[in-house]
Amino acid sequence: MRYLPLTPIDRRDMLAVIGAKSVDELFKDVPADARLPSKVAGLPDHLGELEVERAFQNYAAKNVSPSTAPFFIGAGAYRHHVPSTVDYMIQRGEFLTSYTPYQPEITQGTLQYLFEFQTQVSLLTGMEVANASMYDGSTGASEAVLMANRITRRTKALISGGLHPHYRNIIETTAHWQGYSAVAAKTDAEGLEDLIAKVDKETSCVVVQNPSFFGHVRDFTKLAAACHEAGALLIVVVTEVVSLGLIMPPGEMGADIVVCEGQSIGNGLGFGGPYVGLFATRDKYVRQMPGRLVGETVDADGKRGFVLTLSTREQHIRREKATSNICTNAGLCALAFTVHLTLLGEAGFRRLAELNHAKASELADRVAALPGVKLLNESFFNEFTVRLPKPAAPVVQALADKRILGGVPVSRLIPDDPSVENLLLLAATETATEAGMGPLIAGLKEVL
Amino acid sequence: MVQSLDRSQGRAGGIAAAASDSPTFTGNRALQIEEPLIFEMGQPGRCGVDLPEPPKVKDRLNGLKRTGEIGLPGLSEPQVVQHYTRLSQKNYAIDMGVYPLGSCTMKHNPRINEKVARLPGIGDLHPLQPVSTVQGALELIDRLAHWLKTLTGMPAVAMSPAAGAHGEMCGMMAIAAALEARGERSKRRVVLAPESAHGTNPATAAALGFTVKPIPANERGRVDLASLKAALGSDVAAIMLTNPNTCGLFESEIVEISRAVHEAGAFFYCDGANFNAIVGRVRPGDLGVDCMHINLHKTFSTPHGGGGPGAGPVVLSAALAPYAPYPWIVKDGEKWRVAEDGAAVDGKPLGRLKAFHGQMGMFTRALSYIMSHGADGLKQAAEDAVLSANYVMAALKDVMTPAFEGPCMHEALFDDGFLKDTGVSTLDFAKAMIDEGYHPMTMYFPLVVHGAMLIEPTESQAKEDLDVFIAALRSLAERAKSGTAAEEFKAAPRFAPRRRLDETLAARKPVLRWRPSNNPPEGDPLKQAAD
Amino acid sequence: MADTKYTQEHEWIRVEGDVGTIGITQYAQEQLGDVVFVDVPAAGRKVAKGEACAVVESVKAASDIYAPVSGEVVEANAALADSPGDVNAEPTGKGWFFKLKLADKGELAGLMDEAAYTAFVKSLG
Repeated sequence: MRYLPLTPIDRRDMLAVIGAKSVDELFKDVPADARLPSKVAGLPDHLGELEVERAFQNYAAKNVSPSTAPFFIGAGAYRHHVPSTVDYMIQRGEFLTSYTPYQPEITQGTLQYLFEFQTQVSLLTGMEVANASMYDGSTGASEAVLMANRITRRTKALISGGLHPHYRNIIETTAHWQGYSAVAAKTDAEGLEDLIAKVDKETSCVVVQNPSFFGHVRDFTKLAAACHEAGALLIVVVTEVVSLGLIMPPGEMGADIVVCEGQSIGNGLGFGGPYVGLFATRDKYVRQMPGRLVGETVDADGKRGFVLTLSTREQHIRREKATSNICTNAGLCALAFTVHLTLLGEAGFRRLAELNHAKASELADRVAALPGVKLLNESFFNEFTVRLPKPAAPVVQALADKRILGGVPVSRLIPDDPSVENLLLLAATETATEAGMGPLIAGLKEVL
Repeated sequence: MVQSLDRSQGRAGGIAAAASDSPTFTGNRALQIEEPLIFEMGQPGRCGVDLPEPPKVKDRLNGLKRTGEIGLPGLSEPQVVQHYTRLSQKNYAIDMGVYPLGSCTMKHNPRINEKVARLPGIGDLHPLQPVSTVQGALELIDRLAHWLKTLTGMPAVAMSPAAGAHGEMCGMMAIAAALEARGERSKRRVVLAPESAHGTNPATAAALGFTVKPIPANERGRVDLASLKAALGSDVAAIMLTNPNTCGLFESEIVEISRAVHEAGAFFYCDGANFNAIVGRVRPGDLGVDCMHINLHKTFSTPHGGGGPGAGPVVLSAALAPYAPYPWIVKDGEKWRVAEDGAAVDGKPLGRLKAFHGQMGMFTRALSYIMSHGADGLKQAAEDAVLSANYVMAALKDVMTPAFEGPCMHEALFDDGFLKDTGVSTLDFAKAMIDEGYHPMTMYFPLVVHGAMLIEPTESQAKEDLDVFIAALRSLAERAKSGTAAEEFKAAPRFAPRRRLDETLAARKPVLRWRPSNNPPEGDPLKQAAD
Repeated sequence: MADTKYTQEHEWIRVEGDVGTIGITQYAQEQLGDVVFVDVPAAGRKVAKGEACAVVESVKAASDIYAPVSGEVVEANAALADSPGDVNAEPTGKGWFFKLKLADKGELAGLMDEAAYTAFVKSLG
């Protein structure tokens, strides 16, 4: 087996040093009837690299790759061009095959890029401090609610009807099993909801999304003020982080915690994961923040260096009193994010955002011009909602049958609300071309 | 109140200066190049991408256009490549040598896994594409699920948890759900966990409102069965037990433990962090486990990536299977579908834990690793891992102090007994390993052993390399015991990109991001070069 | 005349009138190492004897501080936010944690005096 360096002679010699007759002796603590007489039955034996690759090509051939079809799907995961440099860098073995930087003297590479990452996230979100990443945006949002509950010592979270339904489901699931309350507002497809009146003295936090799940761009400055007045926190979720190149950051609106899905920068779609959660807050809340943090310090010679810090918040020290049970983060996805954002820089990031907005504007106008189709958004970034004259799910399926990946029917994510049955979410990023948009419009004309 | 800890831990102060090295003008040391932060390198007008001029459109941003500078630095592509390449050279990695970080399973990361994860039609799929366009992806997930269920001897698996701790949350929620269905959730509020448990176990249980009751270990490093039985009662929801345990030992009374737990009406959560020691040889289902998470990045090498991403699928017994969180991958006839909400499945799912369908990129890598090994290779890998750990233990037991008698599983645990009265601590010993070209072992964990050193060589090291590693540790142990080398140990590491870092300073005055007013400190080569 | 008492958790309490000042002992700060953060209770909080009401953190450890007696917090040592190192430098002086208005002075009788505490520390080896 190509991955196993020990030879039969090595194994014999090693057993001799140990003083065991066979490897079985080393497993003597396993109860006899639980020891398998040989390998696990019903599973194939090892394969060479060629055979493995072929098997995966067979899986791939049964899918429609977005690179081979008109593609306009978003809803929390966005298709962007990722520069080749990004993938090259994250595959360097020194990054790919190292672990959590527990030994800072020999992991300055990881620690420095995480410090740079934290700074970039703070800047994008307009917040004071960010952690070294969460699993993804969806789990990060749930952690943000827990953090708000700790800070406010309250247990009622108010959830916007514009929050991504999966994010809402996760918060509700966590609330149910961890024993707090999550009150979801009704679906806000039009982008008109006003949560201010619902904030009361029991509210720990309000969770909103910008742009919303339906694409609307909202100003939450007044909501932030209302939250603070009531002693609650405002959590702003951003599922399309590229939007921060063009839209006022949540920090400027008064957000207390900002959670972003960072997938759009540096990370491919990957059928839903792994992605990278960005998590930022105010300095005063840093000790209540979950996840790892990298801080600057000096070494014994006075040279600048970086270490994991404030780790007494974490499970390996606080155990049952930790701020979160999280151990793993999304280190390599954070690296992909930070390398891509460094390539973009100020000018590139802003231009990328403008391109996205321009492509989506064009698509919105062309789709809205189709008979019977109504655009629900006055504002949007690179994704918007349209009401079709008939249920959206079969329309999307009919498009798929023509190899057109034409958006997401809202009913797929909100199955229990008949009012969304005809709603279709469409996204266009910088990757959209006429070669894709033309067939989408033609396809919609045919199936509507 | 006070946990006793090595006092020098994390402190840079008071350490003797390194043997006087000849300074260089740049502060660089040949291949070791001092690297500024990106924020200190950027210039306006530089950019590492070429994007077309956007067409002019009237913006539809509700008047919320971002004004003012974001503050991102501008770098060209070659600068970016050099920056991250130089940073990479300050990292130790599995690709460089022995990385015996106990409990973390730093085994070889095959590159075929990376390749197949990036294939068009796998790596670029959108999670919300119509299911008719992702049949192969769903089949792939189901294939991995089949392997995981068969290898563990369990009937069901929840694939969506994003990492081990997330899997623990999933498993414990499933237990809470099963108790709720029995009408016992308010009655069973206690979770038992051995003192040697990973910190995530009590953290998870506490987050779900359970009271954590620690169970002591016996002198053999295993759960004390009598104490466990005494603690079991009608108020106990579950035991959370790592097996093989965090001391690297198999819980030899595991069958009695699971019988006692079940007789008391409680569930058995197994932390599968160390499944790599037994995969292919022992099925946890045969031991009475009700649920167990599997860290794909450990057992199935999906890589560690500087601390993630991971994936933590949870295998479930028949009693817990109905409560698995959605999404479920379901096969209807010849077609696959994704059941994405509670109404769409035949069960009582506990809810949703993650957006979309789980860590697909990790599933792909794990399946590639599993198929490459096959049932025969996985068994051999587990045996080689156990053999290597026992070999290291046997070859060091006369100069270091094994914490427990008898064979270990995949990792060898030592205490700091051999360092007594030498003036050298576990931390010093570990830092000296860095100068010898090794990543240190896991230190001060598990907490039940004084000054713990947990060595996990994995199956990936050739015997010749293990022999050099062993010889290096023997030499360090003998030097430490000579009684004259304490200062030398305290000065270690001397040859790493950085010497010991001042963690006290970092924690007392946290600097968690760069700001324009930040400058490299006076003693930093970059500062001196700039002056 | 101030009267200092000690707990088995290595806290000290110095009582003047009906107010006790509370901190951790020299032995405790030595065991803990460099203190990097202290979370002290807010004034006005009522605490029961044995209740966890403050946290002291070093780089790698966090320890709860338990109220040696019951009472109401009248003042917390705000200076520790900026100089947690005071706990190491002067654990029984500038490094005090908080002051408590005692609910029941009788509870003091259950605590150790200096001689008993010194013997207790010695017994820990």
